[in-house]
Amino acid sequence: MSTVAIEVEDLHKSYGENEAVRGISFKVERGEVFGLLGPNGAGKTTTVEILEGYRNRTAGKAEVLGMDPGGRPRPLRERVGIVLQSSALYRNLTVREALSHFGSLYSHPRDTDETIALVGLEGKEDARSRTLSGGQQRRLDLALALIGDPELVFLDEPTTGFDPQARRAAWETIRSLRSLGTTVVLTTHYLDEAQALADRVAIIKDGRIVAEGKPGEIGGGGAHRVRVTWTAADGTPQERETDDPTRLLHELTSAAIAEGGRLENLRVGRPSLEDVYLDLTAEAEAAPETDASPSGGRRGRGGRHG
Amino acid sequence: MADGSAAPRAEAAGTPARKPAGEARTPLSLAWRQYRLERKMFWRNPSAAFFNFMLPLLLLGLFGALFRGDQANLEVIVPGIAGMGVMASTFSALAFNLTFLREQGVLKRMRGTPMPSSSYLAGLLGNAVANATLQIAIVVLVARFAFGVGWPKDWLELAVFLGFGVATFGALGVAFSHVIPNFDSAPAYVNAVFLPVLFISGVFYDTQGSPEILNTIAQILPLTHLIDGLSAAMVKGDPLSTQWSALAVLGAWGLFGIFFAVRGFEWDDRA
Repeated sequence: MSTVAIEVEDLHKSYGENEAVRGISFKVERGEVFGLLGPNGAGKTTTVEILEGYRNRTAGKAEVLGMDPGGRPRPLRERVGIVLQSSALYRNLTVREALSHFGSLYSHPRDTDETIALVGLEGKEDARSRTLSGGQQRRLDLALALIGDPELVFLDEPTTGFDPQARRAAWETIRSLRSLGTTVVLTTHYLDEAQALADRVAIIKDGRIVAEGKPGEIGGGGAHRVRVTWTAADGTPQERETDDPTRLLHELTSAAIAEGGRLENLRVGRPSLEDVYLDLTAEAEAAPETDASPSGGRRGRGGRHG
Repeated sequence: MADGSAAPRAEAAGTPARKPAGEARTPLSLAWRQYRLERKMFWRNPSAAFFNFMLPLLLLGLFGALFRGDQANLEVIVPGIAGMGVMASTFSALAFNLTFLREQGVLKRMRGTPMPSSSYLAGLLGNAVANATLQIAIVVLVARFAFGVGWPKDWLELAVFLGFGVATFGALGVAFSHVIPNFDSAPAYVNAVFLPVLFISGVFYDTQGSPEILNTIAQILPLTHLIDGLSAAMVKGDPLSTQWSALAVLGAWGLFGIFFAVRGFEWDDRA
């Protein structure tokens, strides 16, 4: 069996004049949690919906579990679970009834009770969907995507609108999916979510991938980049980025001691995903057409990692 | 990453115990499952169930009282309300429900499962057919036991017109759902068609005395012909061989409906 779950190459999607996806390429390994991160309207959902078989691509290659999602082949639908942005539930069915119906649509369904436990809906088996809280409905949504025992799960903004506690619970479920060996493709505009869950993330902006890599290493030259911040004597915040923090700190501290001053609020850390993200999306905004090179999607400064 | 917290849960859930290789279910068995689910949900939605069965009963009661002893008018009302029931439970219900399911994302979700689209739609249509059949049964029983109209004269003819009626109005309902932009406007759209058609087509009165122009329009509309056919089967006892033109008009509308039902079908919300 191939170790690649998803392969996308130079994917394009246009709606008339409007080009929503402009040459995206990435690979998702089996068993990996892959995050597609980006602001609203960046092309995340369009990309995912092409892979789910809901939309046809304009150009490029897309392969999901070795199949072309374009024709929505039934063998593919048997092996893929989909959580859409809106929870479309049968409001008058109980949790167990809904799961048993959807399970019956698959050749190899996961056990209903096991699925209920997986998403943490124990005790709600006989409650009708309409009586569930928003967070519980979203968990049922996830359960319906998992009832077919899929190898690959698409989660389109699974925690949008959740309170912090519900988000943590959803994260826990996604982590347990990962430990069960399920491949997960997650779109989100929450940076902490990508950071907490994804093995790798791709940042999409204006239909292109502007950075790709491990959440901790993405952007700014990867793991070696260090950000040092402190407050200067006149109270202004200072910030420096460096590949060689030892030298920079030595210079800074020597200078401070020589002047008899202090480095208030000194901090040394790697740029967070949020810093990288804000940098990249701001950059893309400032110069949207700088990327005219024909090399496809995986460019930008975060492209290198490891 | 704090993966530690997830470990106990994953262990509790265990590795997915794959069931012995089940066979892919046939499209027909899936359609049957969907049909049974739709029936279950129908009965659990009290207002839908109420309007489906109480409305024809209410109208039968009302007109029964109004035309008490007036056998000629009672015999107009019986096939008229039967025809209205068929249109309400297929055309109106499907236009309404499909708009709702499309907007809620249910259609999209179903499309992501291994169930063939045809099985899903067959389940939905089967549900509408069941409601239409139940409504006709109610009218038949009321006609026999309350109005003294007697049992239908030709059961086969009744079945044929019921079949043509549900197929035609079902297809038109699916096609009409494509015209409705969103669920909020669905009642307005559906009633803008349903109510005028009811009145023009002679559900409540004999159209012999109505203006020429209305009669001409009525002759083009499918409901008039469904009611004519139901009248022949239930009341008059005119054999099926005299009803070809009614069947032809219904069939033509049916083909028109099927063409646009298939052509414009959208699985996704338009927002």
